[in-house]
Amino acid sequence: MERKTKVNAEDGKQEIVITREFDLPLDLLFKAYVEPEIVEQWMGTKVLRLENKPHGSYRFETSDPQGNVVFQASGVIHEFVADRKITRTFEMENTPFAAQLEFLEFDALTDDTSKLNMHIVFRSVELRDQLLKLPFAQGINMAHNRLQDIASKLR
Amino acid sequence: MNLRRDVFQAIADPTRRAILLLVASQSMTAGAIAGNFDTARPTVSKHLQILTECELLEQEQIGREIYYHLNPKKIKEIAEFIEPFLEMWDERFNKLETVMKRYQSRDGKKNKS
Repeated sequence: MERKTKVNAEDGKQEIVITREFDLPLDLLFKAYVEPEIVEQWMGTKVLRLENKPHGSYRFETSDPQGNVVFQASGVIHEFVADRKITRTFEMENTPFAAQLEFLEFDALTDDTSKLNMHIVFRSVELRDQLLKLPFAQGINMAHNRLQDIASKLR
Repeated sequence: MNLRRDVFQAIADPTRRAILLLVASQSMTAGAIAGNFDTARPTVSKHLQILTECELLEQEQIGREIYYHLNPKKIKEIAEFIEPFLEMWDERFNKLETVMKRYQSRDGKKNKS
């Protein structure tokens, strides 16, 4: 099955574009980015703060089942136009990765479908490429952790 | 040439991706490959050089001609490597869609009652 999400990472550029068409009306798609309790559900992270306005800030935190914080991300919102766009920075805390700039554009395709265009600008080409590889590394880690879980249960 | 050739960067270019697709079905000479593009021959040669340097393409001498063919091992490596990033976002957005559909139907019922 073809994926509905597309990632475009052009050669030597410090940016990527992620596009996705949703089987959702525009207002619902936008709402998924605005309501903290909804963001928590699909991002799989806790939303500590989410101020949807220019100069507002946001902060996400993810903990493992033991309650240890494993991921923290935060940023500020520069532009916020309901059902149209969000411009914000995003930074993973306590990592070597620099802050990135995100341009999120929301468009209605039909009454029941919509599209998200996410344009991310990184500090450098190298950083972008490293970040693209990150889920790969994490995937290996996660598989490893799962293995450890299973192994510890066997004991 | 000191520039580190990243496989990832190699496949990020649309022309190079097109070359890989072209060569996927059969081994071809540089001339035959260039014949499929409007781009100047030296540009295509440059792309072939990059693809060869990062081992996505392999050269094979047959008679007086050099044929290019895919290195399936390397292709598999990159396919697996970019995949998790795409998968991560695709899964996230699938989740978003599911969450919002549930929200929509719940909301719809609320409005009707």
